[in-house]
Amino acid sequence: MLEQSIFYIFAAFLIFSACMVISVRNPVHAALFLILSFFCSAAIWLILEAEFLAIALVLVYVGAVMVLFLFVVMMLDINISTLREGFSRFLPVGLLVAVLMLAAMGLIVGGGGILSDPETGATGAGQFEAAAGNTRLLGKALFTEYIYPFEVAGAILLVAIIAAIGLTMRKPRTQRTPKPGKQVSIKREERVKLVNMESE
Amino acid sequence: MLENIFNLISEHILGPAVGLLVPAGYASNALYTLEVLVKISAILLPLLFCVAYLTYAERKIIGYIQCRLGPNRVGFFGFRLWGLGQPIADVVKLIFKEIIIPAGANKRLFVIAPILAMAPSLAAWAVIPFDETLVLADINAGLLYILALTSLAVYGVIIAGWASNSKYAFLGAMRSAAQIVSYEIAMGFALVCVLIAAGSLNLGRITEAQSGSILHWYWLPLLPIFLVYFISGVAETNRAPFDVAEGESELVAGFHVEYGGMAFSIFFMAEYANMVLISVLTAVLFCGGWLSPFQGMPFLGDQPFLSEPNIAWLLIKTSVFLFMFLWFRATFPRYRYDQIMRLGWKVFLPITIIWIVVVSGMVVAGVGPWFN
Repeated sequence: MLEQSIFYIFAAFLIFSACMVISVRNPVHAALFLILSFFCSAAIWLILEAEFLAIALVLVYVGAVMVLFLFVVMMLDINISTLREGFSRFLPVGLLVAVLMLAAMGLIVGGGGILSDPETGATGAGQFEAAAGNTRLLGKALFTEYIYPFEVAGAILLVAIIAAIGLTMRKPRTQRTPKPGKQVSIKREERVKLVNMESE
Repeated sequence: MLENIFNLISEHILGPAVGLLVPAGYASNALYTLEVLVKISAILLPLLFCVAYLTYAERKIIGYIQCRLGPNRVGFFGFRLWGLGQPIADVVKLIFKEIIIPAGANKRLFVIAPILAMAPSLAAWAVIPFDETLVLADINAGLLYILALTSLAVYGVIIAGWASNSKYAFLGAMRSAAQIVSYEIAMGFALVCVLIAAGSLNLGRITEAQSGSILHWYWLPLLPIFLVYFISGVAETNRAPFDVAEGESELVAGFHVEYGGMAFSIFFMAEYANMVLISVLTAVLFCGGWLSPFQGMPFLGDQPFLSEPNIAWLLIKTSVFLFMFLWFRATFPRYRYDQIMRLGWKVFLPITIIWIVVVSGMVVAGVGPWFN
């Protein structure tokens, strides 16, 4: 009863903020509503007792990704009117993605989906309900049963990081910049020379 | 002892009160909620008191370090009492000041920002263990929760800087955001080391894994991580010498330059609450939390009171780290922005990554006396 009402409160907030993300004029507000929707979905995952996923969502998306996102959005001087023109143009693509997502969710949550437990037939969250402390469980599964997919995903991310760094380093630096390493290791003798002078 | 007091309160005050006010069907739920609320206030009220007197301690200690007296006028009932009334006078003054919202500012975000800065630093206290049993929420993913909440603190700063519609505030917010995000990575890796060493994300179990003696605490096997964590903590709270975000000489006061009255003081309190939080976390993760430093020693270890685990040990350790925060501020000149970035990315990050490998090796090899 209490759990359900908490779920409905967060679900309502989630839908509200997700709608606001695509409908508010100001891009900074849109980013902030996106953060709110991440937060609400993390809360819903907590109700499902998926505490690791919930906290990781807050940590990674809210705490890191969206900070950088917000950072960029605030720095850019975006022309809002041109941004709004594309709304109806991109609607078909958006609908297609929405239908695909809905189908994927149906496969996972609905009975007999691809992720159902072959022995018990339990699906989705029900599979893990019994295990208390799913952080340990998730870690074990990732590092034993799913070690190859996990490592492949890690390698792909590494390639992406290297590519991103490679893109920012277009040409060798020509201008002179201070080298903090040298600056902090400076000694007094190199800067100041004490001279003994006769008093007059 | 504190447990007993709480049980007495729950039994004799909360129970009858709930019985009078709430229908019988909901009584157990209501009693539980009320108990949790009482526990939360039992943590937060002393915390806010500490925050208030931390400002006094800061002014006094830095005053003495600089051969001044610090605040010494405001006392109680005509007695000066070394200026002990100063924080209360400050609070009263700030409450009665007008909150000015600048023209062109985004009003809603301008008001929300201080709340967003304050909330995570208070919410993180839910998982801090004060004793074997004295913890509000004994959850398994405590360390992750702490990491997630400390990463949220940056929003108050960014939103304040953006919503103020001021160049100084915006520049301060950008600096502070970049700094917090950079040091959070080193901090996260440092916590991973602790997690590997203790084999648990639960803060209570991390403390218990350190029991034995002062040499069993994790400051010794994780010495570089201990230093990295504490210095990153100083940087993450935007304290001197990492306080470029509010560098007075170039940005006036940084992200909260447009704030006044209580709105400003909430930012101020959030900063100090974060300092207390980082200090208590350093004590819990690296210095044995509530464990006694005399435990397992030849002579003092036999004393009944000195060697026993006690909440007082945690408070003493926290105070030592808090003192170091103030000491740093009085001692070091401010870092330059590029030096801060270099320290975070090129020094701390490699150290933590190397030490993750080292500590994993130590755990696998069962190096004593910590990991056997």
